[in-house]
Amino acid sequence: MNTPAKRRLMVVALGALALAGPLIAPAYQTQLALLWVMILFAMTWDIVGGQMGYNSFGNIVFFGIGMYVTAVTQRNLYFDIEEYTTVAGAVESLSADQYLTGLFLGMGIGAVLCVAIAAILGAGILGMRGHYFAICTLGLGIAGGELASGWEYIGAGSGLVTPVFPDELGERGAFFYYLFLVLAVATFLTLRWLYSTRFGRAINAIRDDEEKAEAMGIHTTRYKTVAWCVSAFFLAIAGGGMGNLIGFIDPTNVAFAGATYGVWMVLMAILGGKGTLWGPVIGAVIFHVTQELFWTYLLGWQRVALGVLIVVIVVFFPTGLIGWMRERWPERFGHRVEEGVAGAAGGGES
Amino acid sequence: MGNLGILIEAPIFSVQLLIDGILVGSIFALAAYGMALVWGVMNIINIAQGELVILGGYFTYFLYLAGVHPLLALPISAAGMFVIGWLIYRVVIFRVVDKDLFISILATFGISIILQQLMNELFGADVVTAESGLGTRFLFDGDVTVSEIKMVAFVTVIVVGGCLVMFLKKSRLGQAIRATSQNARAARIMGIDTDKVYATTFALNAAICGAAGSLVVMTWVIHPFVGLAYTVRSFMIVIVAGLGNLAGVLAAGLGLGAAEMFAGFILGAEFQYAFVFSLLVLILVWRNFRLQRRRKFLK
Repeated sequence: MNTPAKRRLMVVALGALALAGPLIAPAYQTQLALLWVMILFAMTWDIVGGQMGYNSFGNIVFFGIGMYVTAVTQRNLYFDIEEYTTVAGAVESLSADQYLTGLFLGMGIGAVLCVAIAAILGAGILGMRGHYFAICTLGLGIAGGELASGWEYIGAGSGLVTPVFPDELGERGAFFYYLFLVLAVATFLTLRWLYSTRFGRAINAIRDDEEKAEAMGIHTTRYKTVAWCVSAFFLAIAGGGMGNLIGFIDPTNVAFAGATYGVWMVLMAILGGKGTLWGPVIGAVIFHVTQELFWTYLLGWQRVALGVLIVVIVVFFPTGLIGWMRERWPERFGHRVEEGVAGAAGGGES
Repeated sequence: MGNLGILIEAPIFSVQLLIDGILVGSIFALAAYGMALVWGVMNIINIAQGELVILGGYFTYFLYLAGVHPLLALPISAAGMFVIGWLIYRVVIFRVVDKDLFISILATFGISIILQQLMNELFGADVVTAESGLGTRFLFDGDVTVSEIKMVAFVTVIVVGGCLVMFLKKSRLGQAIRATSQNARAARIMGIDTDKVYATTFALNAAICGAAGSLVVMTWVIHPFVGLAYTVRSFMIVIVAGLGNLAGVLAAGLGLGAAEMFAGFILGAEFQYAFVFSLLVLILVWRNFRLQRRRKFLK
C-alpha cells in the first residue's frame, strides 16, 4: 500500500479535499478554518514538547502576542488611536488593500517580536532542565493574559476589536480558511524538512539524553532556543490571523486562552502521538471533529473531561495513537515509518 | 506608580504592607513546604498543588456554611484532604512515580485541570470567603491595622511546620520517608514499603495544602481559578529555598508575601498576579545565569 504512486495519489486527493473544503461545506467555513489552526497548534507544540521532550504549557503566549501585535498594527496604521474604541473601531471600514497591508504587516511584526521574545527568554530559561521550563511557561501564559488585561493601550480587560473585514475580499470564512490552510501546510513542510536535518536529530538527542547530547558536542541550549523560536514564529502568525477571524480580542478568553487553546494544544499533540510528524496532525483532526460533534453537549463538563483525557493518555497511552498503531500493526510501519503513518492519516482526515 | 509617592511620604504604610505580606507569606510557605516534600521524596513536581490548596479552602468554606467555626474546620479539612490525596495517589500518581519527570508533570497538569474544572462546575466560579469572627488590632496609634485571623494563621503555620519537622525527624514513618528520599532502592532493600511511603507523602502533602487552603479562605478569598498562582508561588519558594529546608522555605515565603504586597500596592491590584508570574520568570532566568557560571559546558 505504500508505493510511491499511491502516496502521490493520496497527497493529491488530500490536497484537493483541503482546497475544496469551503465549497463542500460552506456553512462550516469558520470551523474548517479553525481545524487548520488546531493542526498548527498541535504541530508547533510538538516541536518543543514532543520532538525535544520539553513540556511547554505557555506556548499560547506567542499566539496572544501575535494576535495583539497584528490588531494594534492594523489600528495604528489607519485609525486615530484616541478615537478607536471597542465601539467606534467597528464603524469605519478599510479598503481591501489597506486591510491586507495591515494584516500581513502586523503578522510579520508579531512573528519577529515573538521570535525575539522566545530567543531572549529561551537563552535564560532553556539552559535549565525541562521541569523548570515547564513551570516557567506555565507562569508565562498566565502572565501574558494578566498583563494584557491590565494594559489600557491595548484595551485592557474590555478587549480590542479588529478592523472590519472588507467586502471586496469575498467571504471572511473562506479567506481565513485558505490563509490558515497555507500557514498549516507551510508549517508542516517546514517541520518535515527540519526534522530530516541535523537539527531534528539534535533535538531528538536532547529528548533522549541531554547529558550525552551535550557530551557529543551539541550546543544544547542553542538548539533548544531555536526550536522554541520556530514554534513561536508560526504561532504568532496564526494568532494574527485568528484575531481577525474572530473579530474581537479578549485578553484571557481569546488571546491568552490558556484554559482552552493552551490545554488543547498539549492534548492534541499527545493524543495523536508526540514526537512524530503526523501524530499532532491526526490528534488535532480527531480532537477538533469530535469536539464539534459532541463535546458541546457536555456543557461545562467537557473541560473536566479534557483533564481526564490528558491523565488517561499520559498514564496509559504515553505514545499516543501513532505509537499505539505502531505497536498494533508494526508491519504496516516497516522500516520506513513516515509512509505508513501518511496512509493512516488519509483515513483520519476524510 | 503614583502610590510610590504615598509610601515615601507616609512610611507607616510600608510597615502595614510588610506586616500583611509576612503574615500572608507564611501561608505560601506552608504550601511550598508540601511541594518540596513531594518533590524531594517522590521526584514529582506537583502542578496540582494550588488546586489542592483551593480544594482545602472549599472544605473549610462548606464546613463554615454548616456552622463549624473555620478554625475548627481546619483540622477537618486537612484530614479530608489527606484522604483525597491518598485517592489521587492510588488512582494516578503511583503509575507515574517511577517514570521520568516529563510524564509526571503532564499527569499532574491533567489533575490540576480536572480539579479546577470540577470545582468550577460543582461550587461555581464565585469568590468565597469564611469569616472567622476575630477582630482587628491597631498598632502605632491606629495607623497600622492587623487582623487577628492573620496572626492566628501565622502561628498556625509555625505550629504545623514544627509538627511536620518533628514528625519527619522522630517518627518511624517520618524516618522511612526521609530514607526513601535519600535512596528509594536502598530503602526498599532495607524493608521499607516505598509504595506506602509515597502514598503517605502525597496524602500528607494534600493535608498540608488543605491546612494552607483553610487559612487562605479565612484570611483572603478563593475561587476555582486561583489555584495556579499557588502552584507557581510554591514552586518559586522551593527553588529559592531548596528542598527539605523549613527555615529557608519560611524565609522565602515571607519574602515573597511582602514583595507581592508591595508590588500590588505600587503597581495596582490588577497587576498583582502578573507580578507573581513575571517574578517566576525572573527568578528562573536569574537562577540560570547563576548556574551557568558554575557549569562547565559548551557555550
